[in-house]
Amino acid sequence: MHPDRKQRLQIVVLILVAASVAAGLIIYMLGQNANYFYTASQIANGDAPKDVFIRGGGMVVAGSVARESDSLAVEFQVTDGGANLVVRYAGILPDLFAEGEAAIAAGRLNEQGILVATEVLAKHDEKYTPPEVAESMNAAYKAKQQLKAEIL
Amino acid sequence: MNWNWFYRMGSPKWFYYTTSRWLPWLGVMTLCLLVTGLVWGLAFAPEDAKQGNSFRIIYLHVPASLLALAGYFLMAAAGAIGLIWRMKLSFMVMKCAAPLGAVLTFLALFTGAIWGKPTWGSYWVWDARVTSMLILLFLYLGVLALQYAFQSQEVGNKASAILALIGTVNIPIIYKSVDWWFTLHQPSTIKFTEAPSMHPDMFQPLLVMILGFYCFYALALFMSVRVEILHRERKTAWVRDLVSQVAEERVGVNS
Repeated sequence: MHPDRKQRLQIVVLILVAASVAAGLIIYMLGQNANYFYTASQIANGDAPKDVFIRGGGMVVAGSVARESDSLAVEFQVTDGGANLVVRYAGILPDLFAEGEAAIAAGRLNEQGILVATEVLAKHDEKYTPPEVAESMNAAYKAKQQLKAEIL
Repeated sequence: MNWNWFYRMGSPKWFYYTTSRWLPWLGVMTLCLLVTGLVWGLAFAPEDAKQGNSFRIIYLHVPASLLALAGYFLMAAAGAIGLIWRMKLSFMVMKCAAPLGAVLTFLALFTGAIWGKPTWGSYWVWDARVTSMLILLFLYLGVLALQYAFQSQEVGNKASAILALIGTVNIPIIYKSVDWWFTLHQPSTIKFTEAPSMHPDMFQPLLVMILGFYCFYALALFMSVRVEILHRERKTAWVRDLVSQVAEERVGVNS
């Protein structure tokens, strides 16, 4: 390679390395601050500030969704497997909001550690399945669980 | 090592005449793949168990996002080749890749917003994936703006290429953002190392759409580079000959 071109190649590599180092440092500094939400465990540990607008998220605990009969008020729990977070919200929930699915609630933590939310978003996973396949998978899963229960 | 093939490829004239033979084929392939993929994906693929029909926007969202990222690598590589080898053609490729990438990034963000409302419950969120994708749009627009920010084409080329190179660090960040941080955006469905987490009946049309978008990208890039070649090489003998030849043919048809 021509020496001039070699030198320019070195400059290009230098630009790439410098930019990568800068980006790496920024990402390192941002760390967990770039997270969109706190998990239920982080909130239970006291990592999330009180009386500041935050987001908490996790899987909606099955059977935890309790609605008021005369208003839009709803209370539910989300979990990340370690701890549960109680969310209180008054408003319309997204279509994909369901027990056993992930949800993210935005609002403030009150004194009891309950997240009083002004917005609830549904988080869906990266899996896509036709309804018939999902149904048969659920049926197979239930049959397996039943079999297990019978054996035990 | 013999670099002759490389320098021949860098000749605008060679590029112009070679691509004119490819264009019809690319056009036919693009049309066939996009029509097949769209009809298959939108009308015949099964709906999703949870999201229903709204998931179908994935057939635009994923190919557009993928090409927006891949196109940035192409633009930055073209800029680097231009900087190192001072090839005119590669700077033209870089310049033409910028608006194309910007449009694809916008399409990815726009289809994402349309998808976000019925599924997440919000058009826009400032999570790591969506925000880093917005930065990609600004990088594309920055590269494009720098092209026109200088009196001299040469200085503009260099400035654009350097910004394009610096911006490449954003591409792995976009790609890994859903794994590094808690985001509202779900992780990738299509992975390099594993089978896609999608039913084959839904994945096959997506694959057709991705191929169709690659062909469309090549087609659009070639067409706009050819216009750029004619413009920048307008004073050369071969472009003058070409133009007068086309003009004569036009006159012949009209009379």
